[in-house]
Amino acid sequence: MNFSKINWKKNAIIWGIPLVGVILLSFFPQYGSAYWVTRLSYFLMYIILAVAWTIFSGATGYISLASSAFFGVGIYAAALLGESMPLIFVVLIGGAASFVLAFIFGAITLRLRGIYFAMFTFGLVLLFKELIYYYEITVEGLRGRFVVLQSNDTIYYYLLGIFVVTMIAAYFMRRSKFGLALRSIGQNEEAAAHTGVNVTMVKILTFAVSAIFMGAAGVVMATKWTYVDPGVAFNLMISFTPVLMAIFGGMGNIYGPVIGAVLFTYIQEVLTTGDLKNYYMLIFGAVLIGAIVFMPNGLMGVIQKLVGLVRKWRKGGSVEQNANT
Amino acid sequence: MRILEGEKVTKYFGGLAAVSEVDFSVEQGEIFGLIGPNGAGKTTLFNLISGAFTPKSGVIKFKGKKISGLKPYKICRMGMARTFQEVKIFGGVPAIENVSLGALFGGPKAMSTAQATKEAGELLDFVGFTVPKNIPAGGLTLVNQKRVEIARALATKADMLLLDEVMAGLTPTETAEAMELVKRIRDRGFTVFMIEHVMKAIMGVCDRIMVLHHGEKIADGTPQEIATSKKVIEVYLGE
Repeated sequence: MNFSKINWKKNAIIWGIPLVGVILLSFFPQYGSAYWVTRLSYFLMYIILAVAWTIFSGATGYISLASSAFFGVGIYAAALLGESMPLIFVVLIGGAASFVLAFIFGAITLRLRGIYFAMFTFGLVLLFKELIYYYEITVEGLRGRFVVLQSNDTIYYYLLGIFVVTMIAAYFMRRSKFGLALRSIGQNEEAAAHTGVNVTMVKILTFAVSAIFMGAAGVVMATKWTYVDPGVAFNLMISFTPVLMAIFGGMGNIYGPVIGAVLFTYIQEVLTTGDLKNYYMLIFGAVLIGAIVFMPNGLMGVIQKLVGLVRKWRKGGSVEQNANT
Repeated sequence: MRILEGEKVTKYFGGLAAVSEVDFSVEQGEIFGLIGPNGAGKTTLFNLISGAFTPKSGVIKFKGKKISGLKPYKICRMGMARTFQEVKIFGGVPAIENVSLGALFGGPKAMSTAQATKEAGELLDFVGFTVPKNIPAGGLTLVNQKRVEIARALATKADMLLLDEVMAGLTPTETAEAMELVKRIRDRGFTVFMIEHVMKAIMGVCDRIMVLHHGEKIADGTPQEIATSKKVIEVYLGE
């Protein structure tokens, strides 16, 4: 009869720990150094991108490389509107613009599967970048533009806010019937369609929703960089890195991409600033290959396996029920 | 009352007519069998009915409404559910959620997740699924995967069920259970349209049978009529 106790414990883990974490993070700028505030901002940016990417691609298995297009739309929203309105509105508009763009992208590309989808989204980013370059140089006669600067603390708080919203959205998406439909699509699209799921609509909508957070993050980050051009805004690393982070952390659990993003950003920083910077890419590649070979379900997969082993050991092997899993 | 009817339904793959001018009709509440040698076009006909393919010509009507050309999810929500010859389940998703997906999305009206899970549990019991329901479906035995697939189809609250070779690959005992299940499904008020290779099964449970050969309908009638039809015997046993 200790079910209520277990549920209470579970709820404490699901809601309590993140809540304490967010509260601690929200007081950080008062105590931490400016250096650490900036550093944490980058952590938050990558977490937002990795979690947002996983909302759609983690569930369905459609590997999208379009993240930088949505991030870039946010950056350009900041460049174009930053002077004329408060940051909060720019963030909302940047998110909305990314949603619309992703909806159109999705309608075009989500008929494709597997590698073709990945290639096409990759191509769309390049196309976008070149089109804006062309427009700026030939029509406006300039290249790039300035962005209104925001303070480090403002950037930090905005990113923290977007991070919280992203996590809540990812959590409810995963648990809702929408999330079940997405996973079913990932497992067998045809069967999902014949079970009443409007496969096309579910895919396009989720893809578009995940883009909102990327666009919003782009708006905020742009205010840090003061000057942006299409090369900065549509940087392909923004497409690739969150994918690697999500794979590294594991996509079976909502914390997977978070842990992946944190560790990945940290490793990247250590390698690029320490004595090993000449070997950065080499070591990075080796770490990544090792992670994929030895941890097919990512870091979270390893952790869950360990937790499972401990539970089994504590129960004295009375978990026959899960033998098949 | 005719629940499903097809008129001169035709589908080509390249130059080959996989299904050629087939007329058929299924009465409400009956078990209608579809047989024929390999490559006769049986599964293609199911794919045409369920919306996976669009016929090149001809019309398919379900409950009096034209369904040929509609998307699969729409046809499903109108009350037509199916299973697949090569079982198509969501392997990484728990068995019970495989089924509740059908209740959540395939039904005519929205319902809560709790309600869907409850119905899914009942349906799994109904189809004789006795292992723990939260096991990922990919780890189940073939017969249990087929049970999950049937329960998922039933969960959509369909009026009609297309069963594509549910008995293929089952042991004699499992086949007997499956025959029993098909009858129980009909008794629950479903109309059943089934493809089957196991002759004993199809002759034992069907009210009427249609025979396809090279994409053309060569006979239809009661099991007795089919078993004594000269044309059918020729096709199955050679001249």
